Amino acid sequence: MNALDYLVLFGSMLAIAIYGVWRTRGQRGLQTYLQGAGDTKWLVVGLSVMATQASAITFLSTPGQGYQDGLGFVQNYFGAPFALIIISVVFLPIYRRLKVYTAYEYLGQRFDGKTRLLGAGLFLLQRGLGAGITIYAPAIVLSTVFGWRLDLTILCSGLVVIAYTVAGGSDAVSHTQKYQLAVIFVGMLAAFGVLLAKMTTSIGVTDALAVAGGFGKLEAVDFSLSVDKRYTFWSGLLGGLFLALSYFGTDQSQVQRYLSASSLRESRLGLMFNAVCKIPMQFFILLLGVGLFVFYQFERPPVFFNQVAWATAARQDTTGELRSFESRFAAAHEEKQARIVTWLAARRAGDAPAAEAARTAARLAHQQSEAVRLEARTALQRLAQGAKANDADYVFITFILQHLPHGLIGLLVAAFFAATLSSKAGELNALGSTTVVDLYRHVVRRDADDAHYVAASRLFTVLWGLVAIVFALFANMVENLVQAVNIVGSIFYGVVLGMFLVAFFLKHVGGTAIFVAAIAAQLLVFALYFTLSISYLWYNLIGCAACIVLGLLLQLVLPRTPSPREPGVAL
Amino acid sequence: MSDDVPHPDAGPADETTGLPGLRTWSAVYGLVVAVFVAYVVLLVLLSRAFA
Repeated sequence: MNALDYLVLFGSMLAIAIYGVWRTRGQRGLQTYLQGAGDTKWLVVGLSVMATQASAITFLSTPGQGYQDGLGFVQNYFGAPFALIIISVVFLPIYRRLKVYTAYEYLGQRFDGKTRLLGAGLFLLQRGLGAGITIYAPAIVLSTVFGWRLDLTILCSGLVVIAYTVAGGSDAVSHTQKYQLAVIFVGMLAAFGVLLAKMTTSIGVTDALAVAGGFGKLEAVDFSLSVDKRYTFWSGLLGGLFLALSYFGTDQSQVQRYLSASSLRESRLGLMFNAVCKIPMQFFILLLGVGLFVFYQFERPPVFFNQVAWATAARQDTTGELRSFESRFAAAHEEKQARIVTWLAARRAGDAPAAEAARTAARLAHQQSEAVRLEARTALQRLAQGAKANDADYVFITFILQHLPHGLIGLLVAAFFAATLSSKAGELNALGSTTVVDLYRHVVRRDADDAHYVAASRLFTVLWGLVAIVFALFANMVENLVQAVNIVGSIFYGVVLGMFLVAFFLKHVGGTAIFVAAIAAQLLVFALYFTLSISYLWYNLIGCAACIVLGLLLQLVLPRTPSPREPGVAL
Repeated sequence: MSDDVPHPDAGPADETTGLPGLRTWSAVYGLVVAVFVAYVVLLVLLSRAFA
């Protein structure tokens, strides 16, 4: 990075932060701090919902996922449009009618205090874990850009996010997210444009798609019924439906976003905006990763994309083992490149049998070069204890630093930070507000004034930020960040969703039945996760179904207790 | 539950979508589903074209 990059990076970040401070000046009340001023329009709500979900992981790790496994991950989002419709029809009117600060307040009104605490507790546990993983992503960027130690960069980026969130509250989060998203989209489009321009100096767009397809990177939809496969149309549609229903409908970091709208209509339109835009957005980011894969077929990539880890291991390598991998990989890559060129020439000539034979040879050459990379990774792990074997998260940042012009590098690094600030701020804000509203104000201190609760909310936001930093220090152990976030969510979300669905639709089930059922269902999901090897998306469905069925069964033997208040759905 | 029936607590502005050509919420949800189907079809076509 040079002076121009730093100017773009700090200029854009500072301008957004100053706007956030100016936009929320004089804000003192608890409602404004936690929910915003209640005047937000649908586009801001929609962008805010999108920005809260789209962390730096989305823009850093997802291209790596596309590079490694192709477009199949897009199926993960197939359930989202349907989930957002259900939330718009069922969840949203109830939340708005009851004027709740958090989704878990509703559980307290429908069931009892202990069920509210359990719902809030499950949210705090899973979101606290998830927050640690999302704070890890910008640390990767800093570590790669500056060559700093990863633990130091986690600490630095974590503290910046905490300060930013504590200063602004919910209103600042909503109103700065649209500008952060603008920085992100401009940065990603610019990166895509440069990638396309560089790629087309070697081959045309059709050839690029043929190479991607030939290596299986364009297989976006898999209709097979196998439950072992991580991403299929069915796991995405059903498991993804339950995951999105839980995330958008019961996760306070999202509920807080759309409850800040000025009316039910604005909230609904904000959600429908996401229902339409989510899949193409993820597709575009994955396609960028696929483009990187094609680009690196013609431009030799490093043996290992995590260059900092590679350099660290190389310093310990007294026998020159790693250097030998570099030369072997260079030879294997050259061989593969020649095969691909032959394949494309045959394809252009319309010689189908020759093209098929050349494609098979190219795939074989690819396997051989990947085998060298695998050996190199094993050696790296032996030399640098604790180094992560999977380098997919480093693919995009490596491309940015090595191939983008100055100015754009700064913009892309700014985009990762903008994504971190927008998503982390939403998460930490929700963690702080849930702790105050559902635990502190509900259990510890019921009669304080707004100023006290705002101060408490800020304090809890800081505490959760510190917890996230501690978790982030352990995130090095996960293989792919974007998957890890979804796995953690899937383990907890199903049960929480089950609690809400019982609350909405099964009015005869009382607090004690659902409380015990939720704990039993959560233990069941834990047990299954550690014993089965099915796609994690199914745990959303299993957890939800187990919670509902156990709740119904328990209610058969438990005495009926009247609900504190009515709120359910009139069908 | 019919979505076109105004919610008892919904304000007048909430009953209409405010979108040209899509006056009811059912129409908006129908459009979202149609767009999803179109996405899946396009993704399948892309996969098959370069398989």
